[in-house]
Amino acid sequence: MRQGGRVGLGLVLPLALAIGWEIAVDSGLVSGRLLPPPSRIGATLLDLAASGDLLMHVEATLIRVGLGFLWGAAAGILAGALVATLPILRWLVDPSVQALRAVPSLAWVPLFILWFGILETPKVLLIAVGVFFPVYVGVSGAIASVDRKLVEVGRIFRLSRLALAWRILLPAVLPATLVGLRTGLGLGFLFVVAAELMGASEGLGYLLVDGQQFSKPDQIVAAIITFALAGKLADMVLVTLTRPLTRWQDTARESL
Amino acid sequence: MTGATVQVGRGPSLQPLTQDTPVLIVDDLSKTYADGTQALSGISLSVRPGEIVALIGGSGCGKTTLLRLIAGLDHASRGTVQVDGETIREPHPNVGVVFQEARLLPWLNVAGNVGFGLAGLPRSERRARVARALERIGLAEHGGRWPRELSGGQQQRVAIARAFVTHPRVLLLDEPFSALDAFTRRDLHDQLLGLWGETKPTILLVTHDVGEAVTLADRVVVMRPRPGRLDETIDIGLARPRDPVAAHHEGAVRRVMAALDRSLRPAATHPPLAPETRAAWW
Ligand SMILES: Nc1ncnc2c1ncn2[C@@H]1O[C@H](COP(=O)(O)OP(=O)(O)OP(=O)(O)O)[C@@H](O)[C@H]1O
Ligand SMILES: [Mg+2]
Repeated sequence: MRQGGRVGLGLVLPLALAIGWEIAVDSGLVSGRLLPPPSRIGATLLDLAASGDLLMHVEATLIRVGLGFLWGAAAGILAGALVATLPILRWLVDPSVQALRAVPSLAWVPLFILWFGILETPKVLLIAVGVFFPVYVGVSGAIASVDRKLVEVGRIFRLSRLALAWRILLPAVLPATLVGLRTGLGLGFLFVVAAELMGASEGLGYLLVDGQQFSKPDQIVAAIITFALAGKLADMVLVTLTRPLTRWQDTARESL
Repeated sequence: MTGATVQVGRGPSLQPLTQDTPVLIVDDLSKTYADGTQALSGISLSVRPGEIVALIGGSGCGKTTLLRLIAGLDHASRGTVQVDGETIREPHPNVGVVFQEARLLPWLNVAGNVGFGLAGLPRSERRARVARALERIGLAEHGGRWPRELSGGQQQRVAIARAFVTHPRVLLLDEPFSALDAFTRRDLHDQLLGLWGETKPTILLVTHDVGEAVTLADRVVVMRPRPGRLDETIDIGLARPRDPVAAHHEGAVRRVMAALDRSLRPAATHPPLAPETRAAWW
């Protein structure tokens, strides 16, 4: 089946459920108090959008994810590259990093709040921590497993260390690095929810908390849907931006 | 920007070279690996400019080890390798290598792979050399393809072109055709000789195939295992282009086979080997 057909098929189930629920609430079969029908959620979304609130909340969340992603990815790439290329650092640092990786990242939340208060710093930091680990693992693993035979090709053509890094190591580790970045971005969206649940006056996570405290399930579902769309959109942007870099690969990235 | 330190096709060094001054001199070369395996023992060999020497010998007799030492990819335990009078300690700009596997860089297209060693040249010169080499190996239309889109034989051709375009004085080929069928091999022999004809590099070719050795080489050197050392040398002495079905060609093949036989049973008291054993050996 063509791509369009397959996408269409995937939409059948959610659409059917949505329409079914709408009809059920409409006909008085269920009250829809705890799970509002799609029409009410849509109306809430439109209201939020019209008042400019939605944009404000989305922007706050995206900025946090963006900053956390940048810091976490930069740290992950740097640490991963250093640990993979310097044996001393690997023996010294990697065991500790692996141990820290085993800590469920949400366990840091109370500590971060104690240290940094409840403003932006602990939020961005928490997201950065979530992004750091998959990037670190991806980069260090990729560098460690670069094909020695291709490095020898570089040696035969007498590449300098810099040229070897640029022309052989970098392209060789790029695919795994991008997979790490993509996983990291996904985790960034996971952690921004946690960060915003710990106290925020704006952001999609705030909409969730607010909706719970004032019993506005339509607002909660609206925020969830916006989260999903924003996450998907960010992922698509990342994939689109980086696709030209890995076009040579055997595996079609679309299927990832 | 790419910062390559490759010096391409430096040509003859300062001292005057005549046809008889060896371009490659291997002197009393030995190699014992860290685990105690003695791979090579007392190898000496000199090769004249433009000469094609085939190295044949059984699996594990140290052919790859010898090539790696000459290429400067590995260090000898004893003895020296000289190219153009310079002692080899690391890869040398005048020595090119074609490995047993193509080892193409998967993120570069065919043209990018062929031109990989030419980063030090002006763009126009680089393009011209790549285009000419692609023409020679029959892949002129395929410069934009990815390595994964090529057949094994095509990949091997790209690897050979990549080594040739830097115009090395000495070219080391480690069983470059051993994974290919007889048809493809014939084709590649012609293309290899075509490329060779352009700059006439000295070639050291490792092969398991006596026919291939006789088709391509001026000289065939037989190696013996454990530890690897050189045995007999057979001068082929046939003019090029060669005709693999001609009678004198058949004669040269027989002379190499006989040398292999002698190498297999050095003591004359040994009974002659059955033909099957002989075939299985190489
Ligand atoms: N890195 C290494 N460490 C230890 N021993 C090695 C190493 N490389 C090769 N050897 C040993 O050295 C000997 C020669 O190996 P080499 O690869 O040079 O053989 P070869 O003639 O190229 O064989 P083939 O025809 O199968 O490719 C073998 O006994 C092999 O086991
Ligand atoms: Mg070998």
